Parts: sequence; C-alpha cells; structure tokens
Amino acid sequence: MSDWKFTVKEIAEKPELFSSGHRACAGCVPATVHRLVLKAARGPVIATHATGCIEVSSTIYPYTSWKIPWIHTAFENAAANASGIEAALKVLRKKGRIKNEKVDVIAFAGDGGTYDIGIQALSGAVERGHDFLYVLYDNEAYMNTGIQRSGGTPHGAWTTTSPAGKVIPGKPQFKKPIADIMVAHEIPYVATASPYYWKDLIAKARKGLEIEGPAFLHVIAPCTRGWRFPPEKGIEISRVMVETCIFPLWEAVDGEYRLSPPSKLIALKPEKKKPIKEYLKIQGRFRHLFTAEHEHVIEELQEVIDKRWKRLLKKCGMA
Amino acid sequence: MTVAKQKVLALSGDEAVAYAVKQSDVDVIAAYPITPQTIIVERLSEYVHNGEVETEFLCVESEHSALTACLTAAAVGARAFTATASAGLALMHEILYVTSGCRAPVVMAVANRALSAPINIHCDHSDTMVERDSGWIQIYTENSQEAYDSIIQAFKIAENPEILLPVIVGLDGFFLSHTLENVKILPDETVKNFLGVRRFPSVKNHEGKLVPFRLDPENPLTIGPLDLYDYYFEHKRQQEEAMRRASEIIKQVHEEYANISGRRYGDGLIEAYRMEDAEIATVCLGSTAGTVKTVVDKLRYRGVKAGLLRIRTFRPLPVKEITAALENVKVLGVMDRACSFGGFGGPVFHEIRHILYDAPTHPHVANYIYGLGGRDMSYMLINQIYQDLQKILETNRIEKLVQFIGLRE
Ligand SMILES: Cc1ncc(C[n+]2csc(CCOP(=O)(O)OP(=O)(O)O)c2C)c(N)n1
Ligand code: SF4
Ligand SMILES: [Mg+2]
Repeated sequence: MSDWKFTVKEIAEKPELFSSGHRACAGCVPATVHRLVLKAARGPVIATHATGCIEVSSTIYPYTSWKIPWIHTAFENAAANASGIEAALKVLRKKGRIKNEKVDVIAFAGDGGTYDIGIQALSGAVERGHDFLYVLYDNEAYMNTGIQRSGGTPHGAWTTTSPAGKVIPGKPQFKKPIADIMVAHEIPYVATASPYYWKDLIAKARKGLEIEGPAFLHVIAPCTRGWRFPPEKGIEISRVMVETCIFPLWEAVDGEYRLSPPSKLIALKPEKKKPIKEYLKIQGRFRHLFTAEHEHVIEELQEVIDKRWKRLLKKCGMA
Repeated sequence: MTVAKQKVLALSGDEAVAYAVKQSDVDVIAAYPITPQTIIVERLSEYVHNGEVETEFLCVESEHSALTACLTAAAVGARAFTATASAGLALMHEILYVTSGCRAPVVMAVANRALSAPINIHCDHSDTMVERDSGWIQIYTENSQEAYDSIIQAFKIAENPEILLPVIVGLDGFFLSHTLENVKILPDETVKNFLGVRRFPSVKNHEGKLVPFRLDPENPLTIGPLDLYDYYFEHKRQQEEAMRRASEIIKQVHEEYANISGRRYGDGLIEAYRMEDAEIATVCLGSTAGTVKTVVDKLRYRGVKAGLLRIRTFRPLPVKEITAALENVKVLGVMDRACSFGGFGGPVFHEIRHILYDAPTHPHVANYIYGLGGRDMSYMLINQIYQDLQKILETNRIEKLVQFIGLRE
C-alpha cells in the first residue's frame, strides 16, 4: 500500500482544490476537512457531493469553490453518483473516448447523507465494488436544515428534533457504528480520522484513493453552529474526541483493524484516556446533562463509550 | 441515403428495446428489475456477459440509484440507458427532475404499468403521466417495431447539443413488452453510423472559460450547484426552450431514420390516421391505436367519416400539429389510460381540450378513461366510443363529458 510520504511544505505548496471564498460559517471544520482530503489527490480527480452544508455553501451559482470537476445530484445518492462516474470513466477509457489515465473519484457526504438516507446507495455501491473513496464528514446532525438529529448524533445531544426536554433530555439513541458497518461489507479499506491529526487524515485519504475498490473514510467534523462552541474551538474538540476515545482513530485494511498512533498511545497508556465529561463540557449541545436531574445520561454515555473502546481494542488485538 | 436491408426477428417489445440498446453503442446501463420491464435488463445482461457489447452494466440496488448513476455517467460523457416501470419510475421521480435539470441526455424505456395500490402489474399510463412535467421528452409507441425504432432515435434526439434532454420511450406493459412481433432490425453498422458518438457543446465555466459540457479533469466544471432566485428561473427557462426546440429535432431525426429504415410514424410527433375529412375522431397514445385503426377502417368502409389522431410525442406537446390535425373535426373523443383523481378528466383530455381553446372552430370534446390496470380495450369498446361520438354529432350535445369505459357493471 501507500508509500507516499509528504512534508508539511509539500502539502502547503499543493494547489488548493477546494478553494476559499465559500460561504461556510467561520470556523467550519467540515470545510477544513474537504480541503485536507483533497490535499491527498494524486492526479486528476472528479468529486461528487450529497446535499448538505458544504455542498450548499461551496457552490452558490455562479460561484464555486471546486477547482476540480464536481457534481451534485441529490441528498441520498452520493455513492450512486460515484458509481456512475466510475463506470463511465472505465468504459470511455476503454473505448478511447477520453484520455487513458487514472481519474480518482471521491464522494463526499454528511452524516445524514450517510448513516440515514444515503445508506442504501452506499451499501449498494460498495457491494458492487466500485473503485472510489467515500468521505463521510460527520458533524453529527443535519446542519444544512438547521441541526436535526441523525443516526450519527451522539446519545444525549441536543438537536432541534431531539430537544433537551423536561422528559426526554436530548437524543435517546446511541451513535450508529457506521464505520464498523462498512467494515462488515468486507471492503478493502475503512478508516476513521480527525482533522486535528491532519497528517494522519491526509495519509488515510491517500490510501483510500490508492487502494483498488471502495474505500470509506469517516472523518469527525465538529460544527460550531450545531454543537454550540466558539468558532476557534473546532480543531481542539476534534482532538479531545480522540483523547476521550469517543472517536478513536483506526483503520481496517481488508478487514484487519489497526489503531492509528494517537489512539494506540492511549491503548498503551490507559491513564491517558480522558473522561468524556471533558469533551461534553466544552459544547453547548450537552449543557443540559450537567444537572442533577440528567447527569445519569453522562454515565450511560461513558459506559457505552468504554464498552465500544474495549471492543475496538479487541479487534485490534490489543485487549 | 438508401434504405438498409433488414432482417426480421420475432421479438417481444422488451426484447426489441434491448436489441436497439445493444446496437446503440451504449456506454453505461444501470437498471433494476420490475415487471413488465424485466426482460429488457435480462437481455442486456446477456449481451454484456457474452461480450456482445462494450458496456458497463450496473446492477444497482434501486431505481433511484439506477437513474442517478445514468445521470452522472452521462455527465462524464457516456451514453447511458435505463429501463423501468410503475413503482420503479415513481421511485426515480426525484432524480427525473435532476436529470433534466442537469441536462443529462439519458434514455429510458418505460414498460407502462399501473401504480399501486392495489398492486397491479398490468398496463396503464399512470406511471409516465405523473412525470409529464419532469422535463423529459416522452414518446409513446404503438408496437414493438416502433419501440425498437424509437429507442435508436431517442439517443440521437437526447444527445443533440441543441437539446440535451433525457428521453422516455414508453411501451405498453404486456401488450407490447411481452408480446412477440416480427421486428425489422437494421444492420449494426447502420445504427452505429446513424448515431455516431456523443458531441459536447461548449459552456462557460465559473472562470468565464469555454469548456466542453462534461466532467473533465482538464476543464473543471461544477454541475448541479445551489442555484437561487437570481439564476434558477433563467435555467428553467432554458430547459423549456430546449423542449421547444426538440419538436423540430424529433421530426428531423425521425425523417433521417425513415431514410435508412423506410419506416415512418406520422411526422414523428403525431400520426394522423384517416383524418383528412374526418368528422368524428379519437385521440390516443400507445398500443391502443392499433385496435382503433381497425375500428376506423371498418367505420370508413360503412361510410362513417372517422379518424384517429395518435400522439407519439407527448412531451414536447406538438401543439401546432395537433391543432392542424383537428381542424375539421366536429366531435372528438380523447382516450386516457390514466386518471387524474379529482381533476376534470384524464391528463390527455386536459391537454387536448386546452389546445382547442384557441382553435378557430371548437369541436365537442369528450373524455373516455379506459384500461386502468391492464383492462383490455377491445374492438367492441372502441366501437362504442365511436357510436357515442356519432350520437354527439347527431344531437349536437354531450351527455357525459368524462366517462369510464369498460368498467364492470
Ligand atoms: C430527499 C431529501 N430529503 C430531505 C432533504 C433536506 N435536506 C437537505 S440537506 C439535509 C441534511 C443534511 O445533513 P448531513 O448529511 O448531515 O449534512 P450537513 O448539512 O450536516 O453537512 C436535509 C435533511 C433533501 N434535500 N432531500
Ligand atoms: S452549520 Fe456547521 S457544518 Fe454548516 S457551514 Fe456552519 S459550521 Fe459548517
Ligand atoms: Mg451533518
């Protein structure tokens, strides 16, 4: 696999394929994630996007942030978009109707476009084995429509459809283990990434592109508006998510799980694992949990996070 | 050009469509099985698996993904085809608008079938009538031969750089899709030469540079952006203008095709059957026209001035041609194989009666809703419609403007 090495300088000098000037909020981590992923491009690339915050804020006609060919069709079908693109490239190249060169295909979608409405198209596309990289930028709610819960929203979180009510304090369900679900599809590459560990993120995006067949990259992408934190805190939060093991970093090559360095460090030195409270308290969406009445939700969440972490360690042969 | 020597094969409508697709050098097919379209994807799968075509066939997990993949494949520059019916078309509904809005020249065969509930696998036009405003060209065929011919023509119409609109070719479920017919088949080379390869118009990209209209890494283009009140309206207007231009192109392509095949379906838009001096006439779409023609012939033999106007191209609606064809008709029966619940008659009735509002003379226009869920439209029933029209002609009044015909008592 990838023996691509890069320096900070090289990355800085690489052209921006996702350019500034878009209308995402100040401090929008999802936008940064797009920029970072495209830094991994190895040659010509075509991108496609599900409906969502970044699609909308990056392409307000007649402007666009995309310096590469890009298409959006709908919300639930990013993976089907990629299927059609990849199939067309393959056959047109064979017939000599386009240049005979490898063109990478990347599909971007949010958590709504992946966990929920888009999972059918995604499951179908990877089952068919198309050669493309699917990037889930997970801001843990439907932000574009104003912060509604998704299958990726964490337990207890406030959203406009899981309000912090008197009876039900936030989202009752737990976050769907989407990356594991993708591993269960037996695709060649699945990884999680956090923009704080941006080199790891770029390297994983590159691996996903280089690998033959479908690759799935799950990137956590804090949203200042929806998570209720000041715009400058997004990258810090994406670090704390790894430190609390709420969002551990790992990759599964051909189904073999392996922890990535930041999470491996915690596995080796369990005392470094921070309590999730440290993560919850820096965001407004969990504020209601810090009351005598609802504190039990934090405990429930901690329990599930610990259980999932243990399970992951086992899968990585570290338990 | 001379008419090509053609072989005759016994094919069902579905097989005829598949054969036309096979000869059309299609790059990408993405489809999902549904009765009565399934034979199309089965035959196409065989062609692919036997190496008879150079086509990427995506056995997708739903019709929604089928059309999506065709759309994006077409955006890359591929010739793309899909086929569906009924619930499958309804599931595609969202992407139908996206396809035409992205100006992706996808061709789709629809084996027309009733919509649920109750579930019913047989023919009516409810499925495609729902999509009449979706920005797709719609061609309804009378027999398997026409289905074959129309698929080939459809690629040429859709891909015309002046048009770039997707095309639906409808064939009546079971009546055509599953019925064997002798179909004349053009030589492969003839079809190949007729269609050529896709050409791409130039469009201005976001940097003001002229680039080919496709997803091309050397000439980046953003397709399907967020388009708000400052431009969306103009883009929709452009779509409507392309539809208007399509009428001429459909006629042209139909004529060019007639030159190599020797086959014509009216002018490609409408087919006026014994309409010259007709006093009473019906309007219909699809396979029913075959039976209507027999009835008309019998009536003519008895001296009744009867005629038939078959609408082949329902979108764009050939307003001018329909108006001219109906000029001298005194009583008109519009046949609808779909129902507009709570509306005033069926969808074809709406359109035809609406066109006639501006005509110099106004015939009586009655609506006959028939054949829902595959109910047979027999010679007897059609004859009954003409008797009804005859009565209206004699009494100069319509008793029932909209009626269901062929219902069990
Ligand atoms: C079929 C359909 N249903 C609903 C919507 C409305 N909608 C647009 S974007 C969106 C949420 C997007 O959420 P996500 O995928 O998480 O992306 P984000 O906006 O958070 O980046 C919704 C519900 C739509 N466009 N299409
Ligand atoms: S709402 Fe969130 S995801 Fe959307 S643009 Fe703002 S910060 Fe980014
Ligand atoms: Mg989201």
